Amino acid sequence: MSKLINLISMGAGEVAPEDIKAYQQIGGFEALKKAMSMSPAQIVEEVKAAKLLGRGGAAFPLGIKWEHLLHIEGEPKYIVCNADEGEPGTFKDRFVLRQVPLRLFEGIAIAGYVFNSPKAYIYLRGEYRDLKEKLLSIIDKAKSAGFLGKNILGSNYSLEIEIISGAGAYICGENSALLNSTEGKVGRPRIKPPHLAEVGLFQMPTLVNNVESLAAIPEILLLGGQRYLELGHPDSGGSKLISLAGHCLQRGIYEIPLGRLTLRDIIFDPELGGGIADGKKLKFFHLGGQSGAIGHPDQLDTVYSYTDLRAAGLSVGSGAVVVMDESVSILEYLKAVNEFFIHESCGKCVPCREGNRQIHKILDRLLIPGAATRTDLATLRRLIDTMTAASFCGLGQTAAVAISTAWKHFKSEFEANVVDGPEHYKLAVG
Amino acid sequence: MQKISGDNFISEIVQKHNNDPQQLTSILHDVQEASGQNYVAEPWARQIAELLQTPISHVYEVLTFYSMFSTEPKGKVLIEICNSAPCRFNRSHELLAWCKEELGIGVGEITPDGEFGIAYTSCVGACDVSPSLKIGEDVYGNLNRSKLTQLINSFRENRPELREPLICQN
Repeated sequence: MSKLINLISMGAGEVAPEDIKAYQQIGGFEALKKAMSMSPAQIVEEVKAAKLLGRGGAAFPLGIKWEHLLHIEGEPKYIVCNADEGEPGTFKDRFVLRQVPLRLFEGIAIAGYVFNSPKAYIYLRGEYRDLKEKLLSIIDKAKSAGFLGKNILGSNYSLEIEIISGAGAYICGENSALLNSTEGKVGRPRIKPPHLAEVGLFQMPTLVNNVESLAAIPEILLLGGQRYLELGHPDSGGSKLISLAGHCLQRGIYEIPLGRLTLRDIIFDPELGGGIADGKKLKFFHLGGQSGAIGHPDQLDTVYSYTDLRAAGLSVGSGAVVVMDESVSILEYLKAVNEFFIHESCGKCVPCREGNRQIHKILDRLLIPGAATRTDLATLRRLIDTMTAASFCGLGQTAAVAISTAWKHFKSEFEANVVDGPEHYKLAVG
Repeated sequence: MQKISGDNFISEIVQKHNNDPQQLTSILHDVQEASGQNYVAEPWARQIAELLQTPISHVYEVLTFYSMFSTEPKGKVLIEICNSAPCRFNRSHELLAWCKEELGIGVGEITPDGEFGIAYTSCVGACDVSPSLKIGEDVYGNLNRSKLTQLINSFRENRPELREPLICQN
């Protein structure tokens, strides 16, 4: 029996992405029809029952978010689809946009109907601009077929979808920065509260959901929230798209049921990763994006679910699984991660802007025999703690997760080049 | 430098986006593409600001915030190599070395004729086909030495049919 599941990916590679008739033949737009025979509150109940956790990385329960917005007053309410997939090692939203865009549009239309939104925006990362024209033409086709645009399915409800181009800024994946960018401003995060559900795009109540989350909605309505939940883990229903990259044999996108497979299955099963390339050994894996935790081969039997990974100090995050073999130096890898965050820090707050730079200096020294002292390790620890506690947004708060988790697993590599400094600097670390 | 099509290209582009300040990033993308050198020069930025009736400081703030925009010429064919961790440990350094061999320039440099430039980029979401690079809007994946030569020659000889099979469709 296959270890994989086909909810979001149903029809991918078989049905032409722009073919509306073919999409309908595999059940496309049935969920929208069903939704429009239900009340918004009933739809929200199904989404809540499904226990869908936000698939962009923050894992906030989607049903709770929807319920909250439903009770907020103010019109219009906007729908914003976060397609600013920027976590290195993640390419699952590109898969959805390229292979099954109609499922995403159907999810957006259902969300639009729930909140009676006149307009939805798709914030498409600049690196995916090659998809924009194609997506616009598919939106036009869906409009002509009556599934988007004016008077959807002959009802009084109308929804326009606009695509906004990003321009290469990881920070715009942060929902408030994304809204600023959608408004044509620079993508720096906003202070919260107010919550975006209350004061969002153009100061109006706004729903911001990830591509994969919205694309999961049609199947939740077709199956019913309870059945969708049962396909996954009791705490987090349904499936997750995994982006498998790095040194495994079969890189790519896999849709897996949550709570059914272990990390070993994902990396080594012939149906998924197929093991490590070139006959080498696994050294570590990096889950959920650059802001996620680094895992050790000892943790391979951890079940891939939000609950189990969290208990093991790991996380689902964006669904990235970056596999690295024994030839990779953990400190060199962490330097690459750190350089990414130096480049992507928006510069708004000091802990993130400066913290990342100072960490870089220490990582550099740790790579040179005799250049680092135990003081450096103590400073590194302090920098990590400060950034985690005091950064303005999620970017800075999570930028050092990889370092602190890797430090636990590869203590000897961290300390290999360290010499003892003066006695009074010998701070207890690690 | 590539001659820009027509003197009114800025106003044409801004008009295409309905003179909508919300579309500033899309406008800057289009201007950069039309520039033939992957950048937005100051006079153009001023013209955009006037047409959108927005302060020049706002246009510059956006222009300098996003890493896909440049205020300096970057070459007609800008080769962007992913420098994020999953690619960096998957032979992207070899890819860069091959590009250097082919073009005789390094990262952040432009060939003397202005035809090619090389730059690093953060993840372009093509980790499943690395080593890969991005030129314009297209990603070219699973590259090796000979495919890279073919790709670069397709631009030198203006033969798009040579590079089309290399474009990543995943």
